[in-house]
Amino acid sequence: MGEPKFDEMDNYKKEDLLKVDYKPPGKSWFETKIDFNQRKGSWIYPAKPKNLEYIGFPNPREWFPTDEDWKLPKNWKEIILEGMADRLKRFRTFQVFMDICVRCGACADKCHFFIGGGDPKNMPVLRAELLRSIYRREFTKAGRILGSIAGGRELTIDVIKEWFFYFYQCTECRRCSVFCPYGIDTAEITMMARELMHLLGLNVNWIMEPVANCYRTGNHLGIQPHGLKDTLEFFADDIEDVTGIKVDIPMNKKGAEILFVTPSGDFLADPGIFTCMGYMLLFHELGLDYTWSTYASEGGNFGLFTSNEAMKRLNAKIYAEAKRLGVKWILGGECGHMWRVMHQYMDTMNGPADFLETPVSPITGTRFENAKSTKMTHIIEFTSDLIKHGKLKLDPSRNDDLVVTFHDSCNPARGLGLFEEPRYILKAVCNNFVEMPEDTTREKTFCCGGGAGLGTDENMEIRLRGGMPRGHAVKYVQDKYGANMLAAICAIDRATLVTVCDYWAPGVGVTGIHELVANALICKGEKKRTMNMRGEPLPGVNPEEEGDEDV
Amino acid sequence: MYDSGKVITGLLAFAVLVTLPFWYTAAGGKGGFRPEPKLAPGLEGKKCVESKAFMRASHMDLLNLWRDEVVRQDLRVHFSPDGRAFEKSLTNTCLKCHSNTGEFCDRCHNYVGVQPYCWDCHMEKKLKGAE
Amino acid sequence: MRVLVSLIAVLALAFIAYLGVGIGHADTLFGVVIPYLALAIFLFGIIYRVVTWARVPVPFRIPTTCGQQKCLEWIKPSRFENPYNNFGVIIRVAMEVLFFRSLFRNVKSEIKQGKVVYGHTKWLWLAGLAFHYSFLVIIIRHLRFFVEPVPIFVKWAESLDGFFQVGIPILMLTDVVILAALTYLFLRRVLIPQLRYISLPADYFPLFLIGAIATTGILLRYFFKTDLIGIKELALGLVSLKPVVPKGIHWLFFMHFFLVCCLFTYFPFSKLLHMAGIFMSPTRNLANNNRAVRHINPWNPKVEVHTYQEYEDEFREKMVAAGIPVEKQPEPQGQGTKE
Repeated sequence: MGEPKFDEMDNYKKEDLLKVDYKPPGKSWFETKIDFNQRKGSWIYPAKPKNLEYIGFPNPREWFPTDEDWKLPKNWKEIILEGMADRLKRFRTFQVFMDICVRCGACADKCHFFIGGGDPKNMPVLRAELLRSIYRREFTKAGRILGSIAGGRELTIDVIKEWFFYFYQCTECRRCSVFCPYGIDTAEITMMARELMHLLGLNVNWIMEPVANCYRTGNHLGIQPHGLKDTLEFFADDIEDVTGIKVDIPMNKKGAEILFVTPSGDFLADPGIFTCMGYMLLFHELGLDYTWSTYASEGGNFGLFTSNEAMKRLNAKIYAEAKRLGVKWILGGECGHMWRVMHQYMDTMNGPADFLETPVSPITGTRFENAKSTKMTHIIEFTSDLIKHGKLKLDPSRNDDLVVTFHDSCNPARGLGLFEEPRYILKAVCNNFVEMPEDTTREKTFCCGGGAGLGTDENMEIRLRGGMPRGHAVKYVQDKYGANMLAAICAIDRATLVTVCDYWAPGVGVTGIHELVANALICKGEKKRTMNMRGEPLPGVNPEEEGDEDV
Repeated sequence: MYDSGKVITGLLAFAVLVTLPFWYTAAGGKGGFRPEPKLAPGLEGKKCVESKAFMRASHMDLLNLWRDEVVRQDLRVHFSPDGRAFEKSLTNTCLKCHSNTGEFCDRCHNYVGVQPYCWDCHMEKKLKGAE
Repeated sequence: MRVLVSLIAVLALAFIAYLGVGIGHADTLFGVVIPYLALAIFLFGIIYRVVTWARVPVPFRIPTTCGQQKCLEWIKPSRFENPYNNFGVIIRVAMEVLFFRSLFRNVKSEIKQGKVVYGHTKWLWLAGLAFHYSFLVIIIRHLRFFVEPVPIFVKWAESLDGFFQVGIPILMLTDVVILAALTYLFLRRVLIPQLRYISLPADYFPLFLIGAIATTGILLRYFFKTDLIGIKELALGLVSLKPVVPKGIHWLFFMHFFLVCCLFTYFPFSKLLHMAGIFMSPTRNLANNNRAVRHINPWNPKVEVHTYQEYEDEFREKMVAAGIPVEKQPEPQGQGTKE
């Protein structure tokens, strides 16, 4: 007996998930209503009051989506309408995107949740219409007079519940925006909707706990300074086991040349930790004058999934710490949404960074002119430049047990256009690199299904469905080329794609690029390598033999 | 940021484009002009092959029909409603009377921007008295 | 239901024109007053809407990048899919406006035999492009009524459009194409279940309205053959601000003209504004030079932050114990010396 475990992968049969019915219901979408009990596995638990209290967000309380009463403020309608009016005056995207959609439907089958789930409200156009119908009704004359004929819809509690359901089923991956003839970006719409819901205290814990943690301890995981030091020392020990090299761990070091910031996901779990070890080994080999920071120990920013103010509050630490430590520039690790923030928001929100200098690689002398205002360079840009200049001694055959494919993470792909650099590195550090189908990579890349704060287990069904397009593309290269490793430059990917691969393409592992770099990197004074960064035997090395040698 | 410069430039371009006919007319186009086709001397009181109203609206259809009937079926005679017989020929029938194509045909054709391809072949007559 | 509402609305508008002119003989109202009004609403309405948009700032620079960024000099950037300067942006927007670049990218995705499969689908792009370009050519052709003398490019448009010289009056290709495109755009809305699900009356109405305009126009050109000289006289009167209403113009012309006026009037209040919006979309009209040039947010909010001091105050003892440098040493046990 017992309730089905909707937060576990095994609860879902592939055959069931694959039976996607794209046919929408007969009833108009104006009238459908969410049954949260029926849809367990497709929504996320609400934020705990303590997390909202810590950062001063409104209406902290105990509540649950299956409750009839969500304990909203009495004047909730007024709050929403005022919030909309205010944002329509502040975000041109919001105002324009409310007005110009022609509902051509080009976006419909671009969303991974729609492809994998078939719920019509996961078509980007309808997701936006959830807000747009209220906009038309309340903010346009035609809507006020003609009501539903003009596409207007009354703002009711059920509409708000629907927002909570569907705007936490959007990973802000912006794939739809690539295909929209007007560039309408559902990420912008989702951000607005989430900001509005925060005004009522409707938020999910998977986002708000990291936000509160990050505000206090400097990182999403809530790792305190001494804990971070322990973690990195633990990694250093592992690096020594693999390479025989003792790397140093500069922390909060004043006057270092470079501040290094990476998502805290890289501190926590396999396989992110191996990527982190990769950075450490690389920096040691280069003799880089850099420092970690415990205060700015988070590159990621769940504020991006919350509100622009929350994003700014968390992001402020980066420049503040760079200034306090007196570094010259900032280097950022492999992360997706972190780079959306660093690239598109940080300078605007917390700049100007006039106390820093244009990043210059101390090894190659390359000036990163593209970062001359923000003063922050992506480690993928940094490392590809090193390789191009022949500054790294690499033995790609150490990755010969791997057939690697590359997952373009949404934000570096559609927010920066970081396409060639990671591929250049991959081709330099492994001999077997294959591409997934064209329609699933680069600007057309698919989300892992767990971005924008959806990477938890409570919504396992929707995650597996959302991960289906990516999973199938991985399966395709697995079947065709024997791919067994999926590289990604995003910490959320390194957490969520593990599930996606285990489910849709079992046998394919997930890695960061710098793990593979570290595998291939021939370091000064290293012992004969017999293991990769994961402590697994290198190809062609017999672990037994190795044991004999040691004796 | 607002990009107001670009927006204003764009709006101005839009406004000018939409109102272009107004400016064109004000700047030297012929505003209240209405062409009067002129009959060749001596035609007053003469009757055409069909009624004036019909010819005005449908002369092109008639010519088209004539051409097809002559070329494909060798039917060369047109009977007018009052029983008169005419040769189905632009050159020998129409232009015999309306010899002043420039003042008769072209005035209206030019006015509404019609470019009939009659004159692609019937060249001689076109030259004579063309405007 | 949504289809029917829109169809009835358009038929009602056509009927109003018939009543007004065919029966009521209100030629001046339909030939002069309404056209002037419609033009004013169209022009000032669109300007008003665009100004409303333009008064809202773009707080963040958020282009959607669809090609390689410009960073390292040995990697060729995609200048137009991921523009890094104004020139690139102009080309990118021009590609969207002139060739519907993004729509051209369209890829259909579905699950077939347990696999997600993709296929390029260009029909929407083709029909969209055909529709818009036909419309443009038709507008240019109609300039022959609004200016005297008729400029050469208008004649060119007409010659090109009637290239095949089929029939008399010569059949205009755009007349056929626009009706075909409209039919396709309508049919996909009613036949594809998802599209039927998302379509609102506001989606069907413009299709029917433009369809009605095209149909009445075609009837006028090929079948009803009203007095073109009179129509041009009316049009010229309008643009020279000396309106005249010649006698003897067929009511069908007034129906055609009135429906055009309806389209003009409807324009600023509807999704048709995408014509202006395409230029105003921040994901397309901004350069991806974010890290090189600082973008200013005029309302950049002052926010509460957790400062380093607050952070160190909370964790100072632990930091010192772990050997992590701190700004301020912890107070020693009891009263010690300062610094």
